[in-house]
Amino acid sequence: MDFPILAVLAATFTIATPLVWAGLGAVINERAGILNLGIEGIMYAGAFVGFLTAASTGSLALGLTAAIVAGLAAGALMGLLTVTLGVNQHVAGIGTTLLLIAASEFTNRLLFSSGSQTITVKFDRILSGFFAQYPMTYVAFLLLAPALWWLLRSSGFGLRLRAVGENPEAADAAGIPVARTRYAALMLGSALMAVGGAFLTLSLLGSFTLDIVGGRGWICIALVIFGRWRVWPVVAGALLFGFTDALQLQLAITPFFSAVPNELMIAFPYLVVIAALAIWGRGVRYPGAYLTPYRRA
Amino acid sequence: MSRTTQRLFPRMLSGAALAVSAALLLAACGGTTGAETPSGDGAESEVPSVFGAFATPLEEPWDGAIHAALQSAEEDGLIRYEHVDNLHTADEMERALRDIISSEDPDIIFGDAFAAEEAVRAVAADFPDTAFAFGSGGEEQAPNFSVFDNWMQDPAYLAGMLAGGLTESGTIGVIGAMPIPEVNRIVNAFIAGAQETNPSATVTVSFINSFFDPATAKQAAEAAIAGGADVLFAERDGVIAAAEENGLPVFGMMVDQKEQSPEHVVSSLLWNMKPTVEAVVAAVAAGKFEASNLGEYSFMVNGGSSLAPINTGTAFEIPADLISQVEARSAEITDGTFETPVDEEAPAGSTTVEG
Repeated sequence: MDFPILAVLAATFTIATPLVWAGLGAVINERAGILNLGIEGIMYAGAFVGFLTAASTGSLALGLTAAIVAGLAAGALMGLLTVTLGVNQHVAGIGTTLLLIAASEFTNRLLFSSGSQTITVKFDRILSGFFAQYPMTYVAFLLLAPALWWLLRSSGFGLRLRAVGENPEAADAAGIPVARTRYAALMLGSALMAVGGAFLTLSLLGSFTLDIVGGRGWICIALVIFGRWRVWPVVAGALLFGFTDALQLQLAITPFFSAVPNELMIAFPYLVVIAALAIWGRGVRYPGAYLTPYRRA
Repeated sequence: MSRTTQRLFPRMLSGAALAVSAALLLAACGGTTGAETPSGDGAESEVPSVFGAFATPLEEPWDGAIHAALQSAEEDGLIRYEHVDNLHTADEMERALRDIISSEDPDIIFGDAFAAEEAVRAVAADFPDTAFAFGSGGEEQAPNFSVFDNWMQDPAYLAGMLAGGLTESGTIGVIGAMPIPEVNRIVNAFIAGAQETNPSATVTVSFINSFFDPATAKQAAEAAIAGGADVLFAERDGVIAAAEENGLPVFGMMVDQKEQSPEHVVSSLLWNMKPTVEAVVAAVAAGKFEASNLGEYSFMVNGGSSLAPINTGTAFEIPADLISQVEARSAEITDGTFETPVDEEAPAGSTTVEG
């Protein structure tokens, strides 16, 4: 059996897709000075709300829209907690994650008694061979990443966003509305996280089960540090993780490598990310106003 | 950098502490649901009362199967039934069990002890008058702690026979949770069945190291397909989506998963806890309950497991002589002339290449 390297590369992009959506959402949040640990719960809510809407209306477009709305709402909640009320961002984020997962599971139990639910339609892969990917994969790599790169680097909104993340006092003095900019960043970033979650239910699986996100949000938090809050390095990090994961899944069933202990193979992607963080993640410079609520004295 | 770290660290600590308390609060609000009211009036004093104490949410198929059997027993008027789920740490499980016994004093407690063996066994030892029947990889514990497990090697063998007959490439992909005895014996029986109908078949076995990660399970299935597999066994959720997309035959697990992909799910391995529940309830009602291993009540010969009806609406043809071969073997299992071998060793190196 020849080693199916093209299939591994194709799987790399599929595995990386939710990480790119949510990871870039986290970049936007953190460049505005806010660590959004609600990411895991926002992905979960996006997966659930998107699925629920698509299942009850039969429309994938409505499902995706609903996921985005859920993300915007979650971003507004994070804004209320961290910008308006100025509470500790770790607490606000983890609380948001717990709340959104519990609310999704509770609603799921009320609506569906048990087991996993399936929708009859889902986004199908387009093109064939190596290029057989889901539409949301193409959007992530060909539209989202370049657009955000330009947005953060060159647009007026991007400049204001980075200004409130680096030095909110100076931004305020320059007439930039700090709170409004941070709200906008949180809502935009959270919407992207929700789309990343909805990718799992609306594209990859066509079904919802508990625990569906499975820690992918936390991987994104690490990817953002690995990518030093920049768009393309974060995309590269997601691809690195996707590649090592796809590789270990393939090697595990390839006769020559099957003697390698299963646990080591499964740990492989995480070991690579930890090693990469250890090499490139040292001496990172956090955004200047990271974790700091802004109050005019 | 170092100044930032110094500022961050106490905040992270306080954040973690608050998160833990928030988690406890949420668990208290959302973790327990519905006590079911007794079905028939006047039956309360006659039928045994049963409490279900589950480590996972009921949506998880394993505890879902136990819960379904207990609900069904309640509908039959055999028991009164209440339950609590999501007791996912040993500490929570032990506290819940002691609470249940002191406030409800049920005759029987059903549950799963895998994640909390010592705690559950300690509670059982403290309350010898309560009958315990728990899913467990261990032995029974006198006088009142019985164990059961999903002994599904029989339907796994039959599904393997079908898979061996259906593969054209000669490669079958199995995606399982992790190499533990409960999973290994099902996977190994599946492989043995495939070898009966197709002695030269290769079976690749992927483990995702999680009981519940459908996205990764699907990627593992895609890897199996890239490696040549053209028939899949979904020991875990997520694999059926890959079979559907690639138009391949697939076997489901725990409940009949045919509706997830009506043209591709050939059959599913079903676990029926009803015989186990009935055996325990009958023993308690007769005052004869004692600790035992209830595993055999999950065997097909006792009605505890089965293969779901073979799908007649698949997109591919299932040869009639293959079906009759499987039906003949099924009859031999049911009448006791064939005993499916039980092998709990991990499938060698995650890959089994035969022939």
